[in-house]
Amino acid sequence: MSESKLKGWKELPIGGLILEPGNSEAYNTGTWRTFKPVLHPEICTHDLFCWLYCPDAAILVKDGKMVGFDMKHCKGCGICAKVCPHKPSAITMVKEGEAEEGDKGKETK
Amino acid sequence: MGKIVAFSGNQAIAEGMRQINPDVCAAYPITPQTELMQQFASFVADGVVDTELVTVESEHSAMSACVGAAAAGGRVMTATSAQGLALMWEILYCASGLRLPIIMTIVNRALNAPLNIHGDHSDAMGARDSGWIQLFSENAQEAYDNLMQAVRIGEKASVRLPVAVCYDGFIISHSIERMEMLEDEEVKGFVGPYQNLYHPLLDVAHPVTYGPVDLQDYYTEHKRQQVEAMKNALPVVLEIAEEYKKLSGRGFGYFEAYRLDDAEIGMFIMGSAAGTAKEVVDELRATGVKAGLLKLRLFRPFPYQEVAAALKNLKVLAVMDRAESFGAMGGPTFNELRSALLSLKTPPLTFNYIYGLGGREPSLAEIHKAFARAREVLTAGKAEILHDYLQVRE
Repeated sequence: MSESKLKGWKELPIGGLILEPGNSEAYNTGTWRTFKPVLHPEICTHDLFCWLYCPDAAILVKDGKMVGFDMKHCKGCGICAKVCPHKPSAITMVKEGEAEEGDKGKETK
Repeated sequence: MGKIVAFSGNQAIAEGMRQINPDVCAAYPITPQTELMQQFASFVADGVVDTELVTVESEHSAMSACVGAAAAGGRVMTATSAQGLALMWEILYCASGLRLPIIMTIVNRALNAPLNIHGDHSDAMGARDSGWIQLFSENAQEAYDNLMQAVRIGEKASVRLPVAVCYDGFIISHSIERMEMLEDEEVKGFVGPYQNLYHPLLDVAHPVTYGPVDLQDYYTEHKRQQVEAMKNALPVVLEIAEEYKKLSGRGFGYFEAYRLDDAEIGMFIMGSAAGTAKEVVDELRATGVKAGLLKLRLFRPFPYQEVAAALKNLKVLAVMDRAESFGAMGGPTFNELRSALLSLKTPPLTFNYIYGLGGREPSLAEIHKAFARAREVLTAGKAEILHDYLQVRE
C-alpha cells in the first residue's frame, strides 16, 4: 500500500468507522511476518490439521487437499507447523528473506 | 408558553430528560448528581418515559454502555460528577473519537483528595481536552435550556460530537429556583425524533465496524476530522440558540456580555458565581465605576475570536477560574483567554483569580475585592501578580 493511495481526512468516514463489511481481506497483513511457512508436499497427507488450527484463513485447500498458503494474510505464527502430526512436520518455518519458497530451510522451535 | 415552576437544578434536568425521552440512559450515582438520576429513574419506573435505564456498576461502565447504545443508533444520555467523570475519562475519548452524540450532564464538583463533595469546575476542566463540547450554566434555567440545545448541537450532522452540560454542584443542583419549563410537546418538536444519521450498528442490512485499530496511517486524519467537527459546532451553537430563543424567549449564544459595552474594567467568569458577580457590577456602576462582565456559556469549542472581540475595549480584565491547573500559568480559562486576547492590538491588562474551590462560594465582598484589584491594576498601568487566590487564608 503506497502512501499516495491513502485517503485524506475529508474523504474518510468519520470516527474511524469501516463501512464495507469483510474488508479485512483487503488488508495485507502478510507484511507482519518474520517467519514464513514452507510446505513439504512429500510429507503432507492432507489431514488438514493446519487448516483447522490456522487463526486466520491462510491455509489454502482445494478439493480437500492442502495446496499452499495465502501469503497476503499469513502472519507467520507457526501454529500450522506445530500442529502438523507428522514427524518431521510437513510444514517448516523459515525466516523471511533467508530462503526461497520450497527451500528446506531451518526448522524453528 | 411553558409553565413556571420551582425546581432545583437536578429536578430541572430530570424533567428535561423526561421531556426529551432518550432511548437509553446508563448512569451510576454520585453526589451531587444523585438526585437527578434518582428522579429520572422514577420516571422510568413509572413508565413516564420509554428509556432503557441501565444501572451499571461504575461510571466507566456507564460511559461504556452509553458508547455502545449510541453506536447502536440510539439517543443516549447520562449524568455524573467529579470522581465519576474522572473514572469515565478513558471512555470519554471513545465517545468523541467514535463521533457519538451522547449528552451528559456534569454536576460540577471538586475532585478528591482531600475529600470534598461541593461545587467547583475541576471535574469538567480535567475533561476539557477529551473532545466533548462543553456548555456551562449560571442557574437551573440555563442548565435546562442548555440540555435542550445540547441534543440538537451534538446530533447535527456536521458536528456529531458528545456534549456536556455543566452546572455547579449544590448551589445550582440542590437550590430551588424559579424557572420556566417548556411544554412537553414543545420539547418534542424542538429536539425532534433521533435521526440515525451515521451508520448505526443495528442497521444490520449495512454492517459496519466501530473501533478498529487505527495506526500511523490513519489516526492523524481522524483526529483532524474531530478538530473540524469542533469548528463546525461554533455556527451550529448560534443557530440552535437562535431557534431556541424563538421558542422560549430565552438564551444567548457563546456568552452573556453584561454591561460590557463601555466598561473599563471587566470580569470573565463561568457558572453560578456569575450571578453574584453581576450584582457586584451593578453596585459598582451605581458608584460610577465602569465595570462589566463576560459570562462564558460555551467553553468547548472555545469561541476565542468572539470572546476577544467582546473584551477588546476593556483596559483591565480579571479572569476568574473555579479550578486550578497545577503548575500552569494560571487556571484553565486564564490560559485560553490570554491566548485569545493576544490577537488584539491593545489587549486589556489581564490577571487571574482562583476562587470557589470545593464549594467556597464567593461573597459579594470577595467579588468586590477582585474588582478592586482590577482598579489598582488600571491605576498602576500594569498587572504584577498574574495568578492569585481570592479566598485563601495565608
